[in-house]
Amino acid sequence: MIPAPFEYERATSVAHALELMAQGGEDARLLAGGHSLLPLMRLRLARPTLLVDIGGLDDLKYVSGNGDAIEIGALTTHHEIADSHELGEACPLLTTTAAQIGDPQVRHRGTIGGSVAHADPASDLPTALLAMDAEFVIEAVGGSRSVAAADFFEGPFMSALGDGEILTSIRVPVSGASGVYRKFNRRAQDWAIVGVAALIGTDGGAISSAAIGLTNMGGTPLRAEAVEASLVGVSGADEVAAAAAQVADIGMPPGDEQASAEYRLHLASVLIRRAVGDVLT
Amino acid sequence: MTRISLSVNGVQHEADVEPRTLLAYFLRERLGLTGTHIGCDTSSCGACTVLLNGQSVKSCTALAVQADGARVTTVEGLAEDGDWHPIQQAFHEHHGLQCGFCTPGMLMASVGILSENPDPTDQEIRHALEGNLCRCTGYQNIVNAVLAAAEDMRSSAAAS
Repeated sequence: MIPAPFEYERATSVAHALELMAQGGEDARLLAGGHSLLPLMRLRLARPTLLVDIGGLDDLKYVSGNGDAIEIGALTTHHEIADSHELGEACPLLTTTAAQIGDPQVRHRGTIGGSVAHADPASDLPTALLAMDAEFVIEAVGGSRSVAAADFFEGPFMSALGDGEILTSIRVPVSGASGVYRKFNRRAQDWAIVGVAALIGTDGGAISSAAIGLTNMGGTPLRAEAVEASLVGVSGADEVAAAAAQVADIGMPPGDEQASAEYRLHLASVLIRRAVGDVLT
Repeated sequence: MTRISLSVNGVQHEADVEPRTLLAYFLRERLGLTGTHIGCDTSSCGACTVLLNGQSVKSCTALAVQADGARVTTVEGLAEDGDWHPIQQAFHEHHGLQCGFCTPGMLMASVGILSENPDPTDQEIRHALEGNLCRCTGYQNIVNAVLAAAEDMRSSAAAS
């Protein structure tokens, strides 16, 4: 299947890309790694009139840290994140999540910025970034702004990113907490039926801080706030399981051909228990 | 039409392409390199795997214009001066194929795996081949072949 025809421009800088996007109007789309957009174009579910290729902007491909926070360029690939020693030390939740996306070929092409901007509720990285309280840096013709992950995702494939704006980097606070991402799918390389990102701080064997992100449990990545509150102070497996069961507090998740709403809640509870258990053992 | 310039198996090519041309189709239909197979056409099966600047990618999910300035290696570029690449030799010796349709993608993905991890375990190979489907279900011999190629390549590297 071949995409419908489109115009193609190669951006030479972020400013040039913004200019091209403004000229292209509302049916212009940015192309980074293309691993969300091209499959949709091939199915003709997306028919942009102009593709602005930012894949050659090497200055959007970096990882830089200052001790308190790490900034990741939007064009950094999943493979580069999974393979980054610096990120593995500072944000283990991010590296372990990136390593579980798709397959090696997908990770070589897919980018963190593309994954966030696409805002697919079944994607893995947005959930991890929500659990880490990441911020997204967005450039527009008039200047730049920063949006917290909690405010960014608005619905399935909908985000705070406006027409003509470019997500250029992701800032992640360095917390010192341990991170685990667990997802359930029936076949290798499938999207997560449910995914759980756990960022857990411990003090003397007990949980001192907990952030739990959920993948594919709603129209956006979600935080399991009731679970987070119940986990603090907990150290035993039974108490972790009881806290994990509080995931039902988010309401009913969607049901589809992969899993009913009830089964999703069950999976989320089990995955939370296992993810937190990984940290405590 | 967009002008692209890229190296394929060490040969420099220049071409005018329609932007919507997928890399897999460019390789097969413009360059005649039909070793790169198109299987599922949905980024799942990995039969179209090639190396782009040394990394395995699914060429049905990349535009030819995205390969401008890049170095592409297809299955036709594995053998050197008529001598099979160790991965080809290992697939031959361990019968790492039945119908052969997935084989070019399996070979290219395996070369990619071994460039990143020269000494993989059985489980690491299985995990790293997640993006390549063999519908003859010949996975066991494929994994055996990759293990054998890894050993062969390590001993060649140590000897040189």
